[in-house]
Amino acid sequence: MADKMQLCNISENNFEQCTKCTICTTVCPVAAVSTDYPGPKQAGPDGERYRLKDNAYYDKVLKLCLNCKRCEVVCPSGVHIADIIQHARMSATKGHRASLRDTMLANTDLLGTMANLVAPVANAALGLKPTKLVMDSIMSIDKHRTFPAYSRIKFETWFKRHAASTQDAMPHHVSYFHGCYVNYNFPKLGQDFVKLMNAVGYGVHLLDKEQCCGVALIANGLYKQATRQARTNAASIGKAVKVDHRTVLTTSSTCTLNLRDEYPALLNVDTSDVRDSIMLATRFIYNLVDEGKINLVFKQDYKRRIAYHTACHMQRLGWQLYSIEMLRMIPGIDLQVLDQECCGISGTYGFKKENYERSQTIGSILFNHIAQAQVEAVATDCETCKWQIEMSTGLAVENPVSILADALDVEATRKANNLIS
Amino acid sequence: MVTSEVYKKEFDVIIIGGGATGAGTARDCALRGLSVLLVERFDYSTGATGRNHGLMHSGARYAVTDGESASECISENMTLRRIARHCVEETDGLFITLPEDDLQYQQTFVESCQRSGIRADIISPDEARHIEPAVNPDLIGAVRVPDASIDPFRLTIANLLDARLHGAETLNYHEVEGLIINQDRVQGVKLINKTNGEHVEVRGRVIVNAAGIWGQRIVQMAGAKISMFPARGALLIFGHRVNQMVINRCRKPANADILVPDDTVCVIGTTSDRIPIETVDDMRVTREEVDVLLKEGIKLAPSLATTRVIRAYAGVRPLVASDDDPSGRSISRGIVCLDHAKRDGIEGFITITGGKMMTYRLMAEIATNAVCAKLGNNVECVTALQPLPGSEEDAPSQSDTTKRYSFGQRAAIGRHGSLAARIEKDNDIDNALVCECEGVTVGEIKYAVHQLHVHNLVNLRRRTRLGMGTCQGKLCSCRAASLLGELNHDVKRAQDDLADFLDERWKGMRPVAWGDTLREAQLTAAIYQGLCGLDSVVNRQGKEDVQ
Repeated sequence: MADKMQLCNISENNFEQCTKCTICTTVCPVAAVSTDYPGPKQAGPDGERYRLKDNAYYDKVLKLCLNCKRCEVVCPSGVHIADIIQHARMSATKGHRASLRDTMLANTDLLGTMANLVAPVANAALGLKPTKLVMDSIMSIDKHRTFPAYSRIKFETWFKRHAASTQDAMPHHVSYFHGCYVNYNFPKLGQDFVKLMNAVGYGVHLLDKEQCCGVALIANGLYKQATRQARTNAASIGKAVKVDHRTVLTTSSTCTLNLRDEYPALLNVDTSDVRDSIMLATRFIYNLVDEGKINLVFKQDYKRRIAYHTACHMQRLGWQLYSIEMLRMIPGIDLQVLDQECCGISGTYGFKKENYERSQTIGSILFNHIAQAQVEAVATDCETCKWQIEMSTGLAVENPVSILADALDVEATRKANNLIS
Repeated sequence: MVTSEVYKKEFDVIIIGGGATGAGTARDCALRGLSVLLVERFDYSTGATGRNHGLMHSGARYAVTDGESASECISENMTLRRIARHCVEETDGLFITLPEDDLQYQQTFVESCQRSGIRADIISPDEARHIEPAVNPDLIGAVRVPDASIDPFRLTIANLLDARLHGAETLNYHEVEGLIINQDRVQGVKLINKTNGEHVEVRGRVIVNAAGIWGQRIVQMAGAKISMFPARGALLIFGHRVNQMVINRCRKPANADILVPDDTVCVIGTTSDRIPIETVDDMRVTREEVDVLLKEGIKLAPSLATTRVIRAYAGVRPLVASDDDPSGRSISRGIVCLDHAKRDGIEGFITITGGKMMTYRLMAEIATNAVCAKLGNNVECVTALQPLPGSEEDAPSQSDTTKRYSFGQRAAIGRHGSLAARIEKDNDIDNALVCECEGVTVGEIKYAVHQLHVHNLVNLRRRTRLGMGTCQGKLCSCRAASLLGELNHDVKRAQDDLADFLDERWKGMRPVAWGDTLREAQLTAAIYQGLCGLDSVVNRQGKEDVQ
């Protein structure tokens, strides 16, 4: 071809690479249960051609997309299908004001800060039947849902009071992006993470300034705020990686995907120079073990039968093997790895009244698999999967990091890593 | 009327050729109360009508060299915006000056436009980049003109629909084999019905030859001679729109200097080569043509260099030598209407040719005036005032849909205007998408088959855009073939049709078969030849109509 033209097709999110094979639609959890939703191929690359002609062809049913990204995982042509759909939603709703409900669901930081102050009251109130009915009818938050309980004390506060002073003495160092869930609802996961890292000689440091990663803001149309928070986080992570030379670890798969891939793809916040230094704790620890840099010793009497559920965003990262292999290192664990299925909650999606039924129908395959696995608990790297599975199966759901920390013989591990003689 | 009864009737006027001009003439004649038969050897809009840019010229392109054509264009342009709203997209156009072009020409250009009554506003390069982000950012000048985009398939069908509403009969797949001539008078046409091989004769008082470049043969059948100069033009279709406005070069017309946004795609063209008349049926696009189109195209919009080309096609302009210059040096691009009684002493025979798709209505009016003069009909022409079916004022809006996911319904409104209301959409089956790229539903296909003269998948494509999207029929053609098989109660015919349709799609992809378009084609081949074993059930011998 003359003048090196047409060597490749370059289009936003690779949408021109779609060869219409339709494999994406076969794995879409929403299309499988809802005839209203046309599936990722149609909502993504097909619809995009019409939207490029005229944005009036944007269709409101695109709101039904979970952004689970299973379509992107299977696409043989590397099309960023979910990003195309997200972009279309973003440009269609630009300038619209999000509803009170969506704003409330999206603002995990603000809500968390307020709720922490009055945690016992907030927890009690959010759990009350009248409150749930009011939220259901006025705010369209489904009455079957219970908000995750708020902790009395924030993780950051606990860390500063009980852990910060001893971290500098460690031989190695990492930064920790804890996320909202750890900070406001479940500091134990953060504490478990610190316990695990400290046991193998890694000091844990908070970022200069951490805000909610913004995944819920994006899902609920609050793009400006999401972009502002992304910039703050990108700056803090940039400093940790480039100035302090620390890897930034996380314990939530969705926050991780958002920081690494959604910031540049959806919010135009470039994190490419630090992307490889942001990772889930299980991947980091697995690599240390694999390279022989650390040793883990587990309690002899730790015996559990656990199922591992691969969160959709975990699958998009392609990192489920790290968490699975870490759990397999614990001698007392009988691990059942479940087929990858979507649990249906997708962050704030399942909280919305209009999505509740669909959310539960999507999740039913997974819930059946869990029931058949006959386990005492489920492990997963995503907090919203945790809420959904706990609510829908009655089983406890734990992060692999918590399970590792519980099973760890701390003293023996420290010895094995020459931290005490 | 049943076809066999049509054969027996004598018509006031028989029109040869189912392109825009023929369809427009049929409409005009029918509106003036004449009994009309239109015959077409293939499908409607198979020739030059369906093989151009889909550009609704403002006339600016001709302003400097041919003021008369320019005036005709702008006048028809304004008319079509009114009468054919559902076929037209009012995009406006830019004439851009690039660093290698002479900026002086812009002044001449604007003055010429004004002389022809075409609005032409000089805008700054900054503004041009702002209103059309795809434009070559290196431009040094830009003029905004009222160019637009028009769908010639839709336009032709709308004219035929209106003609039929007013009593006209239309027969596609009926080729003229000869004329019925009695002494010096043409009294009818000898036809072959290409669907069953039957030979018939139909009588008419006046015969209008609107067969485009193929009209030369018709004139020969009458015993006269006309010198036509076929000018071939090749074009490329890109997979999606990169531009929202027509982009032209502000210089003397040359190769590949117009980029038109057409529906979901954009089209660059054309080349221009004189070809021998014997080769007008060979529409293959050459590698050289593809190269020229791309090389020049990226000067208009640089992103074309990396945008997927889904198809190439070519058409033939019917240029005519002026009668006073039999050498052919003086060629008219204007409208030529020949009354063969005056010219050659042959009564009852008129040829309408030359012109452009864009001026089809005016050509039809001129031809109909000539017919009416012969028949002593004094009814006034109303085609410039009366909207075409689908373009009435009360067209449904895009939000006038019944289903939660209404992509197909909205795409159909875009294609059929107010007639989209006739498409069944009350159940999930009728709403199901057959062509996913272009949003064609089962309901739309049924409507096309029952109302718009669809015999096969190629016809269906021209009526609905089925198979015209990125996958070029990969997903929709088997579904559509199955529907046609059901509606026609003929599975074997549907299988053959499917194979023909896929061949026809490949023909257009072949000249641009690289990169993603090649991957696309390979997947299609794997599905139909490998998975479905299509070659083993279809006999590919003796296929003529793959156009």
